[in-house]
Order: sequence, then structure tokens, then C-alpha cells
Amino acid sequence: MATTAASLEGTPVRSGSTGWWQRTSASLGERLIELGLAGCSVLSIFVTIAIVVVLLYEGVEFFREVPLRDFFGDTLWTPLFPDSRHFGIWPLVCGTLLTSGVAMAVALPFGLLAAIYLSEYAAPKTRRMLKPALELLAGVPTIVYGYFALTIVTPILKLFVPDLAGFNALSPGIVMGIMIIPMISSLSEDAIYAVPDSLREAAFGLGASKLPTIFRVIVPSAWSGIAAAMTLAVSRAIGETMIVAIAAGQQATLSIDPREPTETMTAYIVNISKGDTPTGTLEYKTIFAVGIMLFIMTLAMNLVSYRLSRKLRKQARA
Amino acid sequence: MGRLVRQDLTARRTEITAEKAFVWVCRAAVFAPLTILAVLMLRVLVQGLARIDWDFIVNAPSRMASSAGIWPALWGSVWLIVLTGLIALPLGVGAAVYLEEYGRRSKLATVVEIAIANLAGVPSIIYGMLGLGLFVRWMALGETVLAGALTLALLVLPVVIMSTREALRTVKDSLREAALGLGATRWQMVRRVVLPMAVPGILTGAILAISRAMGETAPLVLVGAVAFISYAPDGLDSDFTALPIQVFNWTSMPQRDFLINAAAGIVVLMVTLLLLNSVAIYLRNRYQKRTY
Repeated sequence: MATTAASLEGTPVRSGSTGWWQRTSASLGERLIELGLAGCSVLSIFVTIAIVVVLLYEGVEFFREVPLRDFFGDTLWTPLFPDSRHFGIWPLVCGTLLTSGVAMAVALPFGLLAAIYLSEYAAPKTRRMLKPALELLAGVPTIVYGYFALTIVTPILKLFVPDLAGFNALSPGIVMGIMIIPMISSLSEDAIYAVPDSLREAAFGLGASKLPTIFRVIVPSAWSGIAAAMTLAVSRAIGETMIVAIAAGQQATLSIDPREPTETMTAYIVNISKGDTPTGTLEYKTIFAVGIMLFIMTLAMNLVSYRLSRKLRKQARA
Repeated sequence: MGRLVRQDLTARRTEITAEKAFVWVCRAAVFAPLTILAVLMLRVLVQGLARIDWDFIVNAPSRMASSAGIWPALWGSVWLIVLTGLIALPLGVGAAVYLEEYGRRSKLATVVEIAIANLAGVPSIIYGMLGLGLFVRWMALGETVLAGALTLALLVLPVVIMSTREALRTVKDSLREAALGLGATRWQMVRRVVLPMAVPGILTGAILAISRAMGETAPLVLVGAVAFISYAPDGLDSDFTALPIQVFNWTSMPQRDFLINAAAGIVVLMVTLLLLNSVAIYLRNRYQKRTY
């Protein structure tokens, strides 16, 4: 407070006696500063464009050698086999959807119930403590989660699932699910919180008790916000890299058995980059083709989520 | 009549039991993940703490797990986060100031906002590919600590911009009007009134951005951070490795002893992050107490 007052008092007030020359130079300076600041913000547009350009530039090279027909028509992904190279993207997409599916199966119920608890039941004090605690889950570096998945969760799961392979989709999927719980819970909670009290009162007034009110009135009204949270979480799961790179294995297959090793798009990119595949080879260019696919999938999810949350905001205003 | 009342009471009683059970399920949904995280962390702490000694901190990585250390990785991470902060902070704050104080509702601001929202959702590994194509290859910086920091700076830019905007929005308009009314130019108003009041909020965001940069692994793998580097970076054009990369490499080793090293590396990483975040929380609390 004291500093504020001081800084206000310290602000020299220009009197009207400044000459015109000073004023012009000041406004020129002002213009330059504004231009500089605008430049900073335009950087975001440049970065967006640069991502697309870089991916396409290297990706086009790849698609010159491997036609789109093979990329989408083949069901095998074996770019590193010297004798029978196949470049069908589906096994990697399948691995990605499998781990993301496991993650969502964990994150969705936990995140939704947590959101309901925080917004409808928890006392304000509890809520203030629990919200940041849940956010902690998202703050842990993914490399740490990867370590957990490989060295702790997989061995524990093996006690219950005897056929579980050392590398599998199940364990990184579950760990990834725990990581994205706060993403679902905090966005859903905002949506539930935004449901106007008049709806709750109307439900109570009609004689409904709290439980039916939550499931028949509040959750359906907040649905577009909850769906936005879900799609954002899926996008996050699709793009998540280190957990699956460490614990899911390196076998691109079309299998949907979560006990088996699998390979996601992100894990493939990391595995190629950390190895010593020479730059400029076709194998190397594959990562950009996979990158394009990954970018498109996450972008689509983000756009859907953006649409849904905008719909929610419109509803809230209405 | 009595029968009806009794029926009603039984129904009500079942309802109450159901609701009680539901609240417990909800509670479990909040506490189970937190407990799991706590148990996992505790386990890594126990595993890792036994391995941490002075030698572990100051040694270079080695093919022998027992004599391997994190010195180059630790310094690599320090270089990275300092450079990332130096690059991302002015750019991010500048962008936020433009969006909040100059171009509010302008056409440019709308497009920029869409770009930022989009960038915030791009997976970190895609930033790695951007860094590889743009900085390592096109600008020919090579697989250097500068290329790594530039990549991470672009990655955390949306975080810096969004938190700075949040901080700028908490400054009351009456203060802006007062400054302008006293004859201050727009920049004078921003520089002397708005920014000083938003500093704690901006710093909180900066620390969050830096902790994000500190924990990132995937983009650094793409721009060529390698684990077997036996020296700390000595300049912008130096090869480098980072703490998460070191942990990743040890985790990928088949021998158990290296997994213990990875646990120890994780403990160092988490302690550093915890320190950074406590500073952020301290700043935020101070910030919230101030009322204007």
C-alpha cells in the first residue's frame, strides 16, 4: 500500500508548459513503444504460423516419398525395418487413442465427482484448500509421472493383472489420468458454479432433494462446460509424451489390449529423436509426418473445446 | 394416513442415506488421487534420499551408476531457466500490456488472442519440433543451450501472457484515469502506475512459467539435449543437458542402480520446483492482502 502511494506521488506531473517540440518527440516515443508492444503480441501469431510452416516443410518431403495412400491405407508402421518398411499411421493413432482412453476412464469420473464435491458440498474453507491441492497433480513434471508408471505402478498392477507386460498401455494410461484430473475438475467446477441458483431453487421448490437436483438439473445445465473440459483433457492426453515414452513401450500395433506394449505418436517422435537416426533420412522425416497428424488431432480437440466453452458463456449470459 | 406418512419417511430416509453415501464417494474422488500422489512421492523420496550426497550433486554422469552425478544437468537447467525467463518475460509482458492497455478490442488483439488460446493447447513436443526446425536448423544455432532456451521461451509464452493480463486486470481503472487526468501519457501511466502495481502478479506468473520450463523434457529431447555431457554449459553456444533429460536417460537404463539415480534426480528436481512454487505462493498471498 505504502509503495503504491509513493509511486503515485513520485509520478512527475507534466504541466502544460511543455513546448510543442517536446510534445512531438514524446508522442513519437509513445508511438514507438506502442509499436514495440504490438510487435510482442504479434509474435504469438508468428509462432502459430511457424509451427505450421516447419511441420509442413519437413512433412512435404516425407509425403513426396511416401504417398498419402500408404500413410492412411497401410495398417503397419515399421519405418525402421530395412527390408519391409511400412508407413501406415494407424498403429500409432491406435496406441495414442488407447492410452488416452485409459486416461479418460480414470480422469472423467474422478474429475467430475471432485468438481461436484467442490462446488456443491465442500465448505468454502475446504474448497480453498483442496483446489490448489488438486492443481498440484498437474504441476508435477511428466518425467516424474513416467518414472512412477514404470517403476511403481506397473509392478503393483502386475499383482492384480497377471498377464501384464513390463511395458503396457494400462499403467501409463492410469498415471496420465491422475495427471489430468485437475484439468477436468477445475473447468467442470467453473461450469457447475456458473449454473444460476434460480435453477437449484426451482428444483428444491418442486420438492426434489439434493441428489436428483445435481444429476437432473445442475450437471445437465453445465454440460457444455463439462464437455469442453473433457475435450481439452483428451487433447492433453493425446499430446502427452514422457509418461508413454517411458512406460508404454515401442511396439506400434493395432492391438487394443491395454496389457500389451504399444507406441503412441508422441512416444515415436521421442524415440526417433533420442536415437541416432541420421538427419535428413526418410526415417527422420517420419517424425514430422507424425507431428502433423498429432497437431491436427490436438487442434481439432482444442477447437471443439473452444466452441463448447463459448456456448457455455453465451448460456450464462442469457 | 399413517401408512402414507410411514412410507414417506422411509423414502426420505433412503434418500438421506443415498446422499450421504454419494458425498463420501465424492470425497474419495478428491482424496484418492492426492493420496496416491503422496504415496508415490514418499516412495521416490525414500529411494532417492539415500542416494543423494555431495558427490551426486557435483559429479558428471558416468557409465557407473554409483559414481554418476547431476552437475552438468543441474547447471544446464539453471542456464535454461534463466535464459528462458530473460527471453519470455519481456516478450510476454509486452504482449500482455499491449492487449490490456493499448489494443483492447482492436482487430489485431482479437487475432492475437485466438493465436494465444491455440498456442496454449499445442503439445509441448510440437514446440520441440518447432525449435528443431526453426532454431537448430534454419537459424543454424545447432543443438545449443540457446536453442533450447528459445524453444522453452516460446512454450511458456502463453503462460506469461495470460498471467500478466490477469495481473493487469486487477489494477483499478480509476487509477488509470487518475494518471491520464494528471496529464500522463499512456506509456507513463503504464510504466509508473499500472506495472508497479501488477508486479507481484506478474512475478507469480513468471515463476510458474519458469517451473514449467524446468520440468519439460520432450521439447529438449527434440532440440538435442543429450545426457552424456560431462561439463556444465560455458556459453550460449554450448552443448547442454538438463535435469529432466538426465532423469529420463537413467530411467531408460535397464540396471536397477540407475533407477535409484533417477529417483535421486527426481528428488532434486522436485525440491527445486517446490522452492520456486513456495516463492510464487508467498508473492500471491502478499498480493491478495493488498487492497486498493
